[in-house]
Amino acid sequence: MSYLPYCVAAWLFVIGLYGVVTSRHLVHLIVCLSVVQSSTYLLLLSIGFRDLPAQAPIFSDVPPGTPAVDPVVHALTLTDIVVSATVSALLLALVMDVQRRRGSVDPETLSPFRE
Amino acid sequence: MRPRHRHLLFLVAGAGVLGYLVWGMLDLSPFGRYPGPYGDIVNAVAFSERHVLNVVTAVIFDYRGFDTLGEEFILFACVTGVSLLLRHEGDEQGDRCSPKPRRESSLEQAIAPHASEASRSCAALYCGLILVFGVYIVLTGHLSVGGGFQGGVILASAWLLVLVAFGSPALHRFARKYAVEWFESAGAGAYVLIGLASLLFGQNFLTNILPLGEPGQLLSSGTILLINCGVGIEVSSGFILLLCEFGKPLQHQKPVR
Repeated sequence: MSYLPYCVAAWLFVIGLYGVVTSRHLVHLIVCLSVVQSSTYLLLLSIGFRDLPAQAPIFSDVPPGTPAVDPVVHALTLTDIVVSATVSALLLALVMDVQRRRGSVDPETLSPFRE
Repeated sequence: MRPRHRHLLFLVAGAGVLGYLVWGMLDLSPFGRYPGPYGDIVNAVAFSERHVLNVVTAVIFDYRGFDTLGEEFILFACVTGVSLLLRHEGDEQGDRCSPKPRRESSLEQAIAPHASEASRSCAALYCGLILVFGVYIVLTGHLSVGGGFQGGVILASAWLLVLVAFGSPALHRFARKYAVEWFESAGAGAYVLIGLASLLFGQNFLTNILPLGEPGQLLSSGTILLINCGVGIEVSSGFILLLCEFGKPLQHQKPVR
């Protein structure tokens, strides 16, 4: 059981890739991409996790020096979330541009060979 | 390529990637047994060195402050990119965001007619609460759960409520684009200026030069609180700009070939 969170992260990564590969709508593709990105949050947080006597790395209710989980991976995860949110916004704007220019958001019909 | 062939191809490739990932992850230490020294060192020294109760905030805005500067400019560049991509051809003429006739119309005319009475009252009720909560989250990032990024997004969600309940013209009345752009640039610039200020005192870039104060008080932790506020302003105005861009009524144009 102790490797289950890592396996869930790997599964999220692959199932998100499956969605990206088989997507028929660019917005759906972006949602799948954020599933892939969420696997990295899970992996980072699982690496820094520590079993129960350890607390969250916030010492407002517990005295400093209490065993706590790794704050560095939490900071990395926050960076990760911010970047993924902004990337999603940029990609959604690109989708609106594609719709405006090509009149379709289906990757099949947007193939460069069918121009 | 036919969808069925694509599924088959992915089945092979995906199984390979999954196996490879799991194989690599089995070398990690088991879940719940964190081995590395870095987190423990930071947990041990952050309180005495920076007078911060939330160690994650100390890592983001102080120990890894330079990375967060880059992260903030990713957000800045992304908002700029979205504004560029969703710019319509008519936008260059006249005022940048709010055209003249819209400014003259009264607030009642700006409210979308389709908005229901229930959603309008709820939005008006919650907007103020969300703003207060967002400011609280931004300001107490060094004391408890929170920080500029989280609080900034909460602040921007007040404008999201305005967009959902009252429609796009009302949002433009509550968020003048030139003002929001100014706030966004000021928030992003404040981070760099705080970093440069430490150079004047002969320290390295982004060194925490302000007095650290009493741990647990609002005015403590030196520059971390200031950077938190700057980031909060930058993130909230960045997301408000995104809302303005995505909330614009779609102009139906002929596909450009």
